[in-house]
Amino acid sequence: MSADQRESRAEPAAWRVEISEKPDAFDALGERVHKDVLDLGFKNIHRVGVVQVYTILGAVSQTEIEKISRELLADPVTQDYRFFSNQKAPNVKNQRVKIVEIAYLPGVMDPVEESTLKGIRDLGVAQVKAIRTARQYHLHGNVSKQQCGIIVEKVLYNKLIQRVIEQGQALARELPTKKTSSFTVQMIDLLGANERDLQKISQKGQLFLNEDEMKAIQKHFRGLKRNPSDCELETIAQTWSEHCYHKTFRGKIDFEYREQGKVKRQRINNLLKSTIIKATQELNKPWCVSVFHDNAGIIEFDEEWNVCFKVETHNHPSALEPFGGANTGIGGVIRDILGTGLGARPICNTDVFCFASPDYPEDQLPAGTLHPKRVMKGVVSGVRDYGNKMGIPTINGAILFDKDYVGNPLVYCGTVGIIPKGKEHKKVNPGDLVVVVGGKTGRDGIHGATFSSGELTEDSEVISSGAVQIGNPIEEKKVADVLLQGRDRELFTAVTDCGAGGLSSAVGEMGKDLGARVDLEKVPLKYEGLSYTEIWISESQERMVLSVSPTKVNELLALFASENVEATAIGTFTDSKRLELFFNGCQVCDVDMEFLHDGIPQITKKAVWTPAKLQEKSHPCPENLTEKLGEVLSHYNVCSKEWVIRQYDHEVQGGSVIKPLVGLRSDGPSDASVILPILGTKRGIAVANGINPRFGKIDPFWMAASCIDEAARQIIAVGGSVDRIAILDNFCWGNPDKPDRLGSLVRAAQGCYRTAVDYGTPFISGKDSLYNEYTQGVKSIAIPGTLLISAIGIIENVLHCVSMDLKEEGNLVYVVGATHDELGGSIYLDTYGSLGKNVPQVNARMAIKTFQALSLAVKNGLVASIHDCSEGGIAAALAEMAFSGGRGITARADQIPYTGKVKRDDIVLFSESNSRFLVEVTKSYQQKFETLLAGVPFAAFGRVEKSPEFIVYGLQQEVCIAADIQDLKEQWKRPLAF
Amino acid sequence: MAGPQVKVIVLRTAGTNCDREMVFAFSSLGAAVELVHINRLFSREVRLSDFHILAIPGGFTYGDDIMSGRILANELRIRLSEEIKDFVHEGKLILGVCNGFQVLVRAGILPGSKSSSGNLTFQQTVSLSNNDSGKFEDRWVHLRLSGDSVWTKGLDEMMYVPIAHAEGKFVVPNEETLSQLKKNNQIAFRYCNTDGEKGGYPVNPNGSIDDIAGITDPTGRILGMMPHPERHFSPLNHPAWTRKDHLSHLGQGANIFLNGVRYAREQLLGKTQVAVAKG
Repeated sequence: MSADQRESRAEPAAWRVEISEKPDAFDALGERVHKDVLDLGFKNIHRVGVVQVYTILGAVSQTEIEKISRELLADPVTQDYRFFSNQKAPNVKNQRVKIVEIAYLPGVMDPVEESTLKGIRDLGVAQVKAIRTARQYHLHGNVSKQQCGIIVEKVLYNKLIQRVIEQGQALARELPTKKTSSFTVQMIDLLGANERDLQKISQKGQLFLNEDEMKAIQKHFRGLKRNPSDCELETIAQTWSEHCYHKTFRGKIDFEYREQGKVKRQRINNLLKSTIIKATQELNKPWCVSVFHDNAGIIEFDEEWNVCFKVETHNHPSALEPFGGANTGIGGVIRDILGTGLGARPICNTDVFCFASPDYPEDQLPAGTLHPKRVMKGVVSGVRDYGNKMGIPTINGAILFDKDYVGNPLVYCGTVGIIPKGKEHKKVNPGDLVVVVGGKTGRDGIHGATFSSGELTEDSEVISSGAVQIGNPIEEKKVADVLLQGRDRELFTAVTDCGAGGLSSAVGEMGKDLGARVDLEKVPLKYEGLSYTEIWISESQERMVLSVSPTKVNELLALFASENVEATAIGTFTDSKRLELFFNGCQVCDVDMEFLHDGIPQITKKAVWTPAKLQEKSHPCPENLTEKLGEVLSHYNVCSKEWVIRQYDHEVQGGSVIKPLVGLRSDGPSDASVILPILGTKRGIAVANGINPRFGKIDPFWMAASCIDEAARQIIAVGGSVDRIAILDNFCWGNPDKPDRLGSLVRAAQGCYRTAVDYGTPFISGKDSLYNEYTQGVKSIAIPGTLLISAIGIIENVLHCVSMDLKEEGNLVYVVGATHDELGGSIYLDTYGSLGKNVPQVNARMAIKTFQALSLAVKNGLVASIHDCSEGGIAAALAEMAFSGGRGITARADQIPYTGKVKRDDIVLFSESNSRFLVEVTKSYQQKFETLLAGVPFAAFGRVEKSPEFIVYGLQQEVCIAADIQDLKEQWKRPLAF
Repeated sequence: MAGPQVKVIVLRTAGTNCDREMVFAFSSLGAAVELVHINRLFSREVRLSDFHILAIPGGFTYGDDIMSGRILANELRIRLSEEIKDFVHEGKLILGVCNGFQVLVRAGILPGSKSSSGNLTFQQTVSLSNNDSGKFEDRWVHLRLSGDSVWTKGLDEMMYVPIAHAEGKFVVPNEETLSQLKKNNQIAFRYCNTDGEKGGYPVNPNGSIDDIAGITDPTGRILGMMPHPERHFSPLNHPAWTRKDHLSHLGQGANIFLNGVRYAREQLLGKTQVAVAKG
């Protein structure tokens, strides 16, 4: 170990410690970065080394810094350390190594700082004031300045949260500005403002309020004969934002559509209530415990427990900073679960992403966007970091690719929780204290709620950088641990998470019917210098708000303190029906709750739906479809996602029953995943997702129907029952102020209503993220309207569960459900670059019949494996079953029940018709199985073989696909094995 | 009430996350398990000496910031050293899984260097560093049993359990350390293929030297391992259980816990005054 020890008279005010791998140790992190550098084509860089840098501020002696380095910062076996008594990096002159040092921007959350401070105090060194960390990259090779710039930009940092530290530059934390003792309440001149002024005020303040809304606010304050304070205006903007209020779904819509050549008009008063919620109300399932009014929907699990489920989106932040965006996205949805009822325990996560293709040409990227591959890697890392550290298994998900996600990737994060019966309702009482718990408040994420309610532009990254954050999962884990103890000890009567809109949103919502008074100076801050408005609207992560009776507050504060979690009473719920905020005794906000929550002017939006003019393109059907099957299997939407799945801990909590990867070699694609929430019991939960934006390009109604069918049939495929499936809607759309975008949204919502009612699957919660458009100059790229249906099913006895891998030679393989001439939106047509027109529809009556018959067959132990037919049709599903089970197959396409007039091998084998399954059955159960399926189209069309050959005979009874299952598997596994 | 029970303390702190399944494993086998936040040991509200088995579960204690397990290891080493010395000295059992293993290694409790007076020195002598793959991975691995430990006595030659970590590569500073471990029978598990043989990635999922997946102290009473036996406690945890004709009562990982509880019952119960359980 070496140490650059300089003589110093007094103890220096700062030290710099560098930690590097010993010369003979393998630098895994450096290797990973090197791989990304090689991906850029820079073969001249032959190695990348990583050095961790800590700057330690405080009067620490050399003996102490030596101890800190040796006992805390460096591993004695694998690492070396050296330290410098001034915090500047030494200048290194070496032609062959280019050194780049990256640090977080001041104010950006660096969780390592807090733990390091703790670690130093544990060593008995108390005088350290602050820590700053950085990472040095040593690029070995003859690196040109230009190359270095590209590497920094594309691999090493994101300028929204990080900066490059020049050699010799100090890394010290900019010491926080002193608290100013005097401040003035900023009043916004609204009373005298004309229309243009109003627009300016909204724009300048990043309020994203439209003209009508600004006028309504003006009118309200004119009535009060005073101007609003900045804080009041911000509070209203947050509450009224699309993100918090869902103006589009709750507003009025004039809908114009064509039916049988005629233009029809419909006035929709509230899209949410007239479609999604209406379906749930009509179904009126007794096992729906709490729907659409809490953070998550709650359904019954067993006699003792309920389960809740919520899926959120975090698209805009993930576009700008993929790691941080996805990180805080998953953190946010976990808090939704912690804040459901009186607090639920998270038991699993599910994540669905949409990106542009990982091989999107670099030179065609719209200005200001990150490359999709980088976005994907960042998003996966962000989810991995938060989910794994929280100890919540990520058990299911999907990743889809379409070029139009280039400016707006979609990141859906979902969490399921379990909560004891009787804890599902919350109640705030006047006189209860407002207690904020968890992380401290900083300038993080100011304007997140309003920011996500507007379109992204190439300037977004500059204007909205405050909206980008990094999460601290361990803080949230601490909150979760102690919050649930507090719930069981009945120490609070209500809880909600601080998400978008921060305290403003959480306290405003909890005190909606009563009123609340908050003293903002009591809020614990990360650093001094925040204005009262910043404290109020900050979206710092890992915070929750509780309502606590004064008789319980001491016990509650002691409980939180016992596990080192911050908890502070910051105000009181009142019965004034007003939101009153004070800062150092001075009132900064006094808004009527009724105006705040119901004063938003009702707007009417225009929506138009015209079916796309599409044609069913005719490609000649290739005689041999083997190559086409390979193309379909290696299509990014179909291929293996193992690279992603293995980075997620999908087994923590010990209840994993059907994993995301199944089969002989644990690498086959499971349909739904199943977990046991209560260890030692047999009752399980299945989670699945249905998503298919390609269908939506043809008709959003049938996309919605197909998504519900897909989510439900995946749960059936593992052994669930259609009687106990609840679903969630999640709409990600373009700008709803454009009538065509809104028209397709309406059409999708109508599909949701119709199908949910017909299938008997109630919606229990949902979410929408609109304005997913990327504007560059005059051009606007809208995402394809994307609906995610997430499903949760209760499995009575997990011992009956089945997986999708073929089990034993000699078994029969059935296709259950009819195939139609429905190649529209299929992966097969996509391999030709076309979309088609015949989008898959659903026949609800037949679907239910099929689902019920199969559930019964599973329950009776008649089936060896089941796989649902989705993207890639029968051919892809059959191939997946074969290579996952390490078994060959012989199948006959002419046996497949098919209703189309056009008889072609490719249509039959690659059509993506709904409500179909492939089922493996032992011959001895043939008769029993077929009896159960009476009235459902089915056929035994294949046989499991011992030899690893995959043989399909076409309609003309000649071989149309012949392949080795290993080759098929290889083609399926390769594309996303980064 | 039945007679005196084996008492297990499952230690948790900020970021511990495999504690519930660890508690479940021990309590299903008849032990009285208490899940204890480390602050309660610091405050002496709970005393380590009241227990027979100390289990440190997996997770990301303190975020694994700086390096995995380091901060908790320092807490044990600095703030609880006397209690741990006594615990080890009395012949009690310690189990560390995944992050718990990392903690035991960084605290110097494993492989366990001792001073001439026979006390633990809390010097770290081996390490667990970043997987060669450079990433976190969750996958099932085969382990081949070796060594001589109360925890692994009578186990099948091979075991199938999952790993889930980013820093599990077992590293030694020199050949001598490795041969000492071998000589003292301290290597408890090695990664292997389905036939029990050596293999490259992903058979050895992280690049560990000599395929080491878990080690014990020289007495065999302290076991640390990267794979998660508590995640194969039920036969339904096996990734391919749906391919089996019949299922056993317990998963393969359960035997480790069974061994620990049995040893404690036979060897430690009665030797220790078991305090009356509080509240």
